[in-house]
Amino acid sequence: MQYLNAIVQGILQGGLYALFAAGLSYMFGVMRLVNLAHGALAILAAYGALFLVDAGFVSPLLALLVVVPVIAALGYVLQRFVLQRTLSDSPLPSLLVTFGIAIIIQNVLLLWQTANTRQLRLGGFETASFSIGSLRIGWLPLLILLVAVVALGVLSFVQARTPFGRLVRAVSDDAPIVSLVGANPKHIYAVAAAIAFGLVAIAGVAFGVTRGFDPLSGDLLLIYAFEAVIIGGLGSLWGTFLGAIILGVVQTVAATFDTTLFDLAGHVVFLIFLIFLPNGIIRRKVRL
Amino acid sequence: MLEVDDIDVYYGQLPAIRDVSLTVPSGGILAVIGSNGAGKSTLLKAIAGQQPVKSGRIVFQGKDVTQLPAYQRARLGISMVPEGRRLFRSLTVEENLLTARATKRSGPWTLEAVYERFPLVAERRTRRAGDLSGGEQQATAIARALVSNPELLLLDEVSLGLAPKIIGEIYESIPIIREQGTSILLVEQDVQQATKASRDVHCLLQGRTSLAGRDLDLADITRAYFGG
Repeated sequence: MQYLNAIVQGILQGGLYALFAAGLSYMFGVMRLVNLAHGALAILAAYGALFLVDAGFVSPLLALLVVVPVIAALGYVLQRFVLQRTLSDSPLPSLLVTFGIAIIIQNVLLLWQTANTRQLRLGGFETASFSIGSLRIGWLPLLILLVAVVALGVLSFVQARTPFGRLVRAVSDDAPIVSLVGANPKHIYAVAAAIAFGLVAIAGVAFGVTRGFDPLSGDLLLIYAFEAVIIGGLGSLWGTFLGAIILGVVQTVAATFDTTLFDLAGHVVFLIFLIFLPNGIIRRKVRL
Repeated sequence: MLEVDDIDVYYGQLPAIRDVSLTVPSGGILAVIGSNGAGKSTLLKAIAGQQPVKSGRIVFQGKDVTQLPAYQRARLGISMVPEGRRLFRSLTVEENLLTARATKRSGPWTLEAVYERFPLVAERRTRRAGDLSGGEQQATAIARALVSNPELLLLDEVSLGLAPKIIGEIYESIPIIREQGTSILLVEQDVQQATKASRDVHCLLQGRTSLAGRDLDLADITRAYFGG
């Protein structure tokens, strides 16, 4: 029973990781860009929501309506005018630039908000739960898991069925040829970045209501997101979701033995995948 | 409808095309021939907007397009079938054709019309483009270009690496494409194929025009093709 509970909590935890990892996975899938600023951006979004709540917004949920479009717009601009210039056969320029962006965001947040731990409040909802037998399920983690499933479902639908999704897949196959069929690859990349940034903004606010955060919390989030992406398979959205759930379950099950094993167990499983199944669960050919 | 006016194209410091001028009249056809490395593909890329022009002008339907990015030229009606087909490999054949709707151009070449013209493509519509044979890929690449209903179709070595029977089928479609009002500029290594398709021939040698004219003598073309 103890393990069943741990597995259920782990799946719920995985929902949050999935929301985080989705944007990272999407950007990599579309433009082979690993965004090291992903974690810092999530925390930036959480502080954005905090700022709005302090300024008189009723709830962080309402603040999402502002934070998500703003961060998404930032994604468009950043991709179009900065990251676009780093795209090349070598992954190094984009790694360096996004790493630099992460440092800038963290230090701006440190100067502006200090290193104190903050948390977003939902008026009791963040701790409310219900019982099924002996299982206690938190409403908030359940909601986050649902949001993750819906977000990934919508994104998968867009990718598979819409003209925009078709062009996104075309651009990751052969970008120069996309311009021959009348679409601007830079615009498509930038919209994809906006989608990824919007997703990470949702994830950041979700994280901010789940537990306390400070300007440097993003580092660990980035690692979790990475691990989920690698376990699931680079560039595959549902693979990433599966990877996130596995990571969450492994962490919480390990923590039932000893709470300090939480992070370690996740890292170990990640390394096992990296060694024995480097393409992840859902294999998809990736050209670097 | 297309005027290429004295263009130079460089790859870094290396000149690929020098002082080339040519014209494609409305509804007309022109074949550019030349050996490997003569600059034929570079010329097409410059016209399509994939390769910047160092000097000179490209005028399309009276509009100077020299500085326009490729996707805007595609929307104006310049469509290229690139060398080596370059289909979107992970997309199905039909999805490949649909990408060309990004030009937002309408005309006679609807999906249905293209399928009717290329039954081979219609048969493979649900297959992934990466799984097609060379001939099927080439037909799909031409079909994709047609879906954008181009005013000018640029064909880069469409016969390369294909069986003679397939080459024949592909060249048979050229008059039909012209009937719909599309002008054609084609690049070809095979002189016979080129002169059969087009009375007007433009020969490149090491990036420069070595001969250009109508109904040229094969001996003259051979000399212009190989130099000397």
